[in-house]
Amino acid sequence: MNIVISRLAQAVTVALLVGAATFAMMRSLPGDAAWRIAAGRYGYDNVDAAAAEAVRAELGLGGHWFPAFLSWMGDLLRLDFGRSLVSGQPVIDEIAHQLGASLWLALAAVGLSLVIGPPLGILAGLRPGSLFDRALLVISAAFKAVPQFLMALILILVLSVQMGWLPAAGYGQPRHFILPALALALGLAAVNARIARDAMASVAAQPFYAFAEWKGLSRAQVLWRHGLRNVSVPLLTYLGLQFVLLVEGVVVIESNVGWPGIGHALVHAVFARDVPMVQGTALMLGLGFVLVNALIDLLAARIDPRGAR
Amino acid sequence: MTTTTLSRPWPSGRIIGAAILTLIAAFAILGPVIVPGSPFAQSLMKSLAGPEPAAPFGYDHLGRSLYHRLVHALRLSPLIALAAVATAGAAGLVLGTLAALRGGWVERVLVVLADALLALPGLLMVLIVLAIMPGTALGFWAGLSLVLWVEFFRLTRATARATLAGPAVQAARLLGFGWPYVFRTHLWPEVAPLMLTAAAFGTATAIMGIAALGFVSVGMRAPTPELGLMMVELLPYWREAPMALLTPVLATFALLLGLTLLAGGHRT
Repeated sequence: MNIVISRLAQAVTVALLVGAATFAMMRSLPGDAAWRIAAGRYGYDNVDAAAAEAVRAELGLGGHWFPAFLSWMGDLLRLDFGRSLVSGQPVIDEIAHQLGASLWLALAAVGLSLVIGPPLGILAGLRPGSLFDRALLVISAAFKAVPQFLMALILILVLSVQMGWLPAAGYGQPRHFILPALALALGLAAVNARIARDAMASVAAQPFYAFAEWKGLSRAQVLWRHGLRNVSVPLLTYLGLQFVLLVEGVVVIESNVGWPGIGHALVHAVFARDVPMVQGTALMLGLGFVLVNALIDLLAARIDPRGAR
Repeated sequence: MTTTTLSRPWPSGRIIGAAILTLIAAFAILGPVIVPGSPFAQSLMKSLAGPEPAAPFGYDHLGRSLYHRLVHALRLSPLIALAAVATAGAAGLVLGTLAALRGGWVERVLVVLADALLALPGLLMVLIVLAIMPGTALGFWAGLSLVLWVEFFRLTRATARATLAGPAVQAARLLGFGWPYVFRTHLWPEVAPLMLTAAAFGTATAIMGIAALGFVSVGMRAPTPELGLMMVELLPYWREAPMALLTPVLATFALLLGLTLLAGGHRT
């Protein structure tokens, strides 16, 4: 119950913060916001004072900031995100359209990172201090130091431009997934592997682990019955925190490879100063983080009931 | 200054990291002294030409010396990053100590605010602040500070809560020592090593963020030499001049690797 309440408080604060930030962004647009929005809608060559006035009246851009702020937050709390300033479509429809693409990419990346990272980490954690352990430490430090956009760049150059194995950009076929998902997954796996390694090493050093070996279980049985469940809790918790890293990566990498997702939309929205779209996408990402972490808290409490108070 | 914690020898990873960073800093500071030149001077005759004495790393697509562009890029983002980390570190330290000291609603409000900021992707906050603030460098500084203080705040608060509740602080208070003394002798030695790690990670995050936004063309603007921007500018010429593209890529990698190693291990 505690988990749910604190996560709800977090969700409300996220909404307030996003609302305040986007309101400040709206008010601080350089020049006349009405002109800018009209230019975004009709093209820079077709804007005149009449069009700007029409936009001003439609969006209520004149007047004092405080009533505007209240109505802004009111709309937000009623989950009325308004319409995109550029396309004129309701923001909620645009986001629903883009969220799917991002979600699949993120899931593919997390899945791939879980296949790569934790098995290597567990192998290293079973033999701490071994050559393999130290090699993994060096490799994961190196991979961690490569920002995701750089990873995407390297993969594009090596796999698509030089080898010609994969398309550098595009969307719609399964093979388009491989490159961006791999770019995201390698960075995540570098951290996953370290977390799994440390958790495994500490579990394997526990008396109960040694006892399980003494009583005659095979190494595989000990790992399966006594190791993995204990390793999974810190891994899971960290996965929740990594979600933000993942979202950031998604924002950047989607722009790199032309993925029609929420991150791509966000960058374009910021570029065009399409504030309702920025607000909608930011809110979606922030609340998504809270939701994912709430679920992970609950799942972790289920896996390891000792922590639940 | 009584610092028992700093006398411990550094692990080798940290020393290697510090060495890499020292080399990069020396290059950024002394670069133009060794080979004078400008990062903006163009000579289209030399577009994508190879290295020569006046330009040890060759030229980019507009015939600007890559050596000098790199020197300036290695000044720009680390400076912004360090300024942001200094601001964020000071804010996090003050607010974290305050939260642990006062407790009550002060602490609750700060914690809820920090948790909410943690839920929002950092680059997104930076993008929004960039749209609000005039001037890109100023915007990056403000946005990154806003994102980075949370980590320092959480570390300080967690450490301060444990330390301030301990018998040593209680004894010091009973002996009549003031809070500044308690902070200096009891709290700071506990927090300082954590702060170094967090600062190294924070600087790496900030540099990565500036480069990433530069790479997707929403960060620094065109003639400015910036790591991410240099990469995206040179990307179309990969086949003709692979070394030109590799220059900023390797510099970024070395910078981030140095910071990661300096941070030492990972957060626990």
